Amino acid sequence: MFSRTYKAAVTLPPLVWVAAFLLTPYALMFCYSFWSVSATQSVVQTWNFDNYRQLFRVEVYWQTLLRSMWIAARVTIFSLLLGYPLAYFLSFYAGKKKDLLYQLVIIPLWVSYLVRAYAWKTILGSDGVLNTSLQYVHLTKHPLEFLLYSPFAVVLTLTHIYTPFAFLPIYAALEHIPRNLVEASSDLGATPRQTFWKVIFPLSIPGVVAGATFAFVLSLGDFLAPLLLGGPSGIMISNIVVSLFGAAYNWPLGAAISFCMLLLVVSLLFLSERLEKKWSFS
Amino acid sequence: MTTPEIAMVSTGDTTHRTTLLSIRNVAKHFGKNAVLREISLEVAEGEFLTILGESGSGKTTLLRIIAGFETASAGEVWMGKERLDRLPPYRRRVNTVFQHYALFPHLTVEQNVAYGLRVAKKPEAEIGARVLEALEKVKMSAHAKSKPSKISGGQQQRIALARALVNRPQLLLLDEPLSALDANLRRQMQVELKSLQREVGISFIFVTHDQEEAMVMSDRIALLRSGELEQIATPREIYGRPATAYAAQFIGHTNLLKGEVRTGRMRSGPLIWPVALPDGPALFSLRPENIRLAAADPAASGSVRVHGKVRHQAFHGATELIRVECGEGLVLVARTAGGRGMLDEVELEFLPADAVPVRESPERI
Repeated sequence: MFSRTYKAAVTLPPLVWVAAFLLTPYALMFCYSFWSVSATQSVVQTWNFDNYRQLFRVEVYWQTLLRSMWIAARVTIFSLLLGYPLAYFLSFYAGKKKDLLYQLVIIPLWVSYLVRAYAWKTILGSDGVLNTSLQYVHLTKHPLEFLLYSPFAVVLTLTHIYTPFAFLPIYAALEHIPRNLVEASSDLGATPRQTFWKVIFPLSIPGVVAGATFAFVLSLGDFLAPLLLGGPSGIMISNIVVSLFGAAYNWPLGAAISFCMLLLVVSLLFLSERLEKKWSFS
Repeated sequence: MTTPEIAMVSTGDTTHRTTLLSIRNVAKHFGKNAVLREISLEVAEGEFLTILGESGSGKTTLLRIIAGFETASAGEVWMGKERLDRLPPYRRRVNTVFQHYALFPHLTVEQNVAYGLRVAKKPEAEIGARVLEALEKVKMSAHAKSKPSKISGGQQQRIALARALVNRPQLLLLDEPLSALDANLRRQMQVELKSLQREVGISFIFVTHDQEEAMVMSDRIALLRSGELEQIATPREIYGRPATAYAAQFIGHTNLLKGEVRTGRMRSGPLIWPVALPDGPALFSLRPENIRLAAADPAASGSVRVHGKVRHQAFHGATELIRVECGEGLVLVARTAGGRGMLDEVELEFLPADAVPVRESPERI
């Protein structure tokens, strides 16, 4: 259909782009992770595993990594708990309002991430909308301190931001379920609840896996929400990486942590693709 | 089973059987659009009823109303003493074979067939035995562990059938179940389906747009046109005594003879024959096979004769269809025995009894 030259002309630029701005930095990062910093604060190219050892030996690093995973896990669960019912309602019961509601889910994605994170700061702060309202109706006497600068605030904000990412693949999976399967199930005597658990849910699993992967991977690497709303107890692994590449000036250690995360994320993506394949039937 | 009202339904043979399903004045509108108008019909126990109609005739909608996937705008559906149309689909003791089978892709053949029994929470031992029996009945035991995507269309068809029959419904609904199969397999499945129905003895309501399929399989045919019941009768009745011009044309070929009755004689172009109808305009259906090439001597008494010129001759193997221009704008199609070579001028004859008066089928929107 298309000539070889044409195909090459079309595919070459993106390939060059990916090689120059993705693969090369990754390769550099990989190299850096085996180097070290001298006493005079310069990077020396002596190959060793010290950075990786440090990551597992120094408590703050692996604890923050674990906390990040725990935050990401909670964000994933809440995004699914919000996104699934929403997608299910839209796909099966919204009728003519479907398109409008779909747009309403998408529109928040057009608003800058920063704006949405700041919005939560205004809501959750000690002089924020929530605390003043609670005090105004005399439910609380003093501002609730745990609302802002806590893992709670981070989980809440990230859930808000990543729920549409969990919603979209679930919605797509639900839309792909042939409606005559739902009818067949009902015809064979299954109640709506049985039909959901025996037909609709199993067939939507690829969407759930994809949505969960999005929510987990995106929130695991997030550094803005913890920076703005996390406080000391809510910092995540990316914040440590940022400071290692910045103020701490320890690029090799930062690279080692980054590389570990990259490995984690890639294996997650690999696993989720396997799961999606296992559960897709078309 | 007990039925409060014992109604009689005429079926293909001379026996009379108990009414199982009764559709009473069912209508369906989608907005302003009337899809079904005032449909009433009854299905007897063990009967094979075909709902025949073109696309858009409302046949699938009627089936979906019986199954419970659509609600009727008016009218009632009764099964025995139970009012069916008030129940959700999963409470109706009716099962459906869907047009595209609708097998659950994530379940094996065996699990698909077991589905109805599992949701009814039958004991596993009973489920196993009944599934096995159902799979044997449709000759699919060998594929029990396969996924539906791994078996052919004809095999999927059998599984869909087994999945419905395993629940021992009183009534099985089939929505164009053979339309996705190729012609040969289709004919084979027609025979299999019919003998299976005789064997299990459940009533079938079979929806199709294929009049041949309807003729081959049914005890009775309900012919639907633009949401109205055109005629309901046995295949022989509907072919031999079509009630309307549409029925005559839809089922088999026919010649429609339009004309005027005056003092007991029907006149249509050059044809005149005695009828027992009041004066006025009339329409008759005359099947091509009831028109013969007249013998040289005018022996047959009472036959109507007409002379004409053959305009077209189509070879069909054992028979030939000839189009004959008889003058005054009358064209007759006759089915004759083949092997006479090319014909030119012919003398045709038919018996007045073979011309069946039919009602006009006015255009409906």
